[in-house]
Amino acid sequence: MVAVAIAETDRPAAVGASLNVEGVSHAFDIDGAALPVLNDVSFNVRPGEFVALLGPSGCGKSTLLRLVAGLEPPRLGALFEDGRPIKGPFPSRVVVFQDPTLFPWRTVWKNVALGLEAQGVLKSQRPRVDAALDLVGLSAFRNAYPHQLSGGMAQRVALARALVNNPRILILDEPLGKLDSLTRISMQAEIAALWQRSGFTTLMVTHDVEEAVFMANRVIVFSDRPARIKADMTVDRPFPRHRGDPKLAELRSNILGLLGLDANW
Amino acid sequence: MSTYSTRSKTPALARSAGEKAAPASHSLSFPISVAKNASGALAGLAWTGFGLSCLLWQDLGDWSRTHEVAIASFVFAGSILTATLFGRFGGGLQSRAPWLLAFGLFLTIWEIATAKFAWLPLPFFPPPQAIVEVYTDDWPKLLASTVASVKLQLVGYALGAAIGFLTGVLIGWSRAVGYWVHPALRFIGPLPATAWLPFALFTFPSSWSASTFLIALATGFPVTVLTWSGVASVSNAYYDVARTLGAKPSFLVLKVAIPAALPHVFVGLFMGLGSSFAVLVVAEMMGVKAGLGWYLQWAQGWAAYANMYAALIVMSLLCSGAITLLFRTRDRLLVWQKGVVKW
Repeated sequence: MVAVAIAETDRPAAVGASLNVEGVSHAFDIDGAALPVLNDVSFNVRPGEFVALLGPSGCGKSTLLRLVAGLEPPRLGALFEDGRPIKGPFPSRVVVFQDPTLFPWRTVWKNVALGLEAQGVLKSQRPRVDAALDLVGLSAFRNAYPHQLSGGMAQRVALARALVNNPRILILDEPLGKLDSLTRISMQAEIAALWQRSGFTTLMVTHDVEEAVFMANRVIVFSDRPARIKADMTVDRPFPRHRGDPKLAELRSNILGLLGLDANW
Repeated sequence: MSTYSTRSKTPALARSAGEKAAPASHSLSFPISVAKNASGALAGLAWTGFGLSCLLWQDLGDWSRTHEVAIASFVFAGSILTATLFGRFGGGLQSRAPWLLAFGLFLTIWEIATAKFAWLPLPFFPPPQAIVEVYTDDWPKLLASTVASVKLQLVGYALGAAIGFLTGVLIGWSRAVGYWVHPALRFIGPLPATAWLPFALFTFPSSWSASTFLIALATGFPVTVLTWSGVASVSNAYYDVARTLGAKPSFLVLKVAIPAALPHVFVGLFMGLGSSFAVLVVAEMMGVKAGLGWYLQWAQGWAAYANMYAALIVMSLLCSGAITLLFRTRDRLLVWQKGVVKW
């Protein structure tokens, strides 16, 4: 492999947390029968890494994210944030879902303020909300209601709502899946730049192979349900990346081959 | 000097510009403005007609306010005509001109059909002046009845809405509460609240507290069910988002479940208001010896049909006013919703 081109030292060291997934298996109860979704999944993420999770639709990637977020406990195995077991949701690990799920009864500003309000620190930390809105370029829409926003703007607000908590692990569950392709392309670069500047660890589920190799510095490919790790590869290309980069194209066709889709490319 | 001259010039310029512009705009909007003025003028004529209909023939019965009603309608007709003539018929009034016309015509026909020729059987269909007479002569009793009704309705409705809301949130939120309350709700709720009247009248210390209970019951059932369904239908995604951001259960109830359920709650409050009006009137007729329901009953007992109509009009204004108030409150609280119905 080529030498790591990302200047790891440029980023603040303490921001990102490490994540260890150890022997995790999970299943859902459907009509009394257990439907296995994760099968003995283990991997470690170093602090500040950007890991993309790829796999066939419905293979259990999003379930894995819910386990990392602490929204559900795994049936078997354990997950650790910086060596401490994950036992429930905590604002150091925030999720941006495929749907922005903004609260329609709150203005944009109050949506972004949600985490600080829930943690009871909003009164002293109001400037953080303004800063987060600035970061996603939506300060002018602070008093708008979600129904007045476009899909891309709503997803930006959801991103600001996550970032305002200074997460150590940012969990992205197909965050750009429902956006139009132009908005998606610009937001891919924005999120990658944000991650580079802030240094949080990022875990992103996506269906878009190009998106994965463009944004992440590591791609984990899962098998069909129940999901097992099929491949774990490093994307050692420098940022900012170019979509025309032949190395990325090569990597993309490798991954499509792993997903059994090379014949269609 | 210079300030003086600019001051004097500006209005003059504006005036001359206005004069020049006026004929052009007039010719442009000619048919529309004529139609508007015509409906204003016709409305004025209709009210003049109503005044004349009061005076042209002798009353068949003994009503003391015929002349006053005639004078009032002439005054009203005069003000409509003046407003139309001088273009001071503001947008609101202008859009109401057709209604004023229709209402003036209706009153004229009503006057002729009752007081003058008795085409409608007389004691049952009193003329307008008989109803006006109730307001001018019997207002103390009517006012006392109105106050009594409003008080009973307010207390009963507030209690029912508050208890219904709390119960709904609890059932929607807690499985244990749902287990115990749901069957009771299914058993008691669908029963019309008026069916409890005999029970309430001998169980409660006073007929007033019994009626309050019945109104609260009629309000509480729809509010409970809709609050409950509102809380139960809140998307899990909202809870997931709030939980990952560090929300505690109290935050999930107060800042997620309740605001998300509010649109449903208002539907419940609206339905509760409707059924509580029905209970209010029945309770006043059967139990409490006060209020507009009782006034209706009393008027009917004495064959005082004019009083009955007068009370009905007050009651309709009150109920409509209460619903308007509820919708205004909702519009204020639910500005974030798209496309809410305007009442």
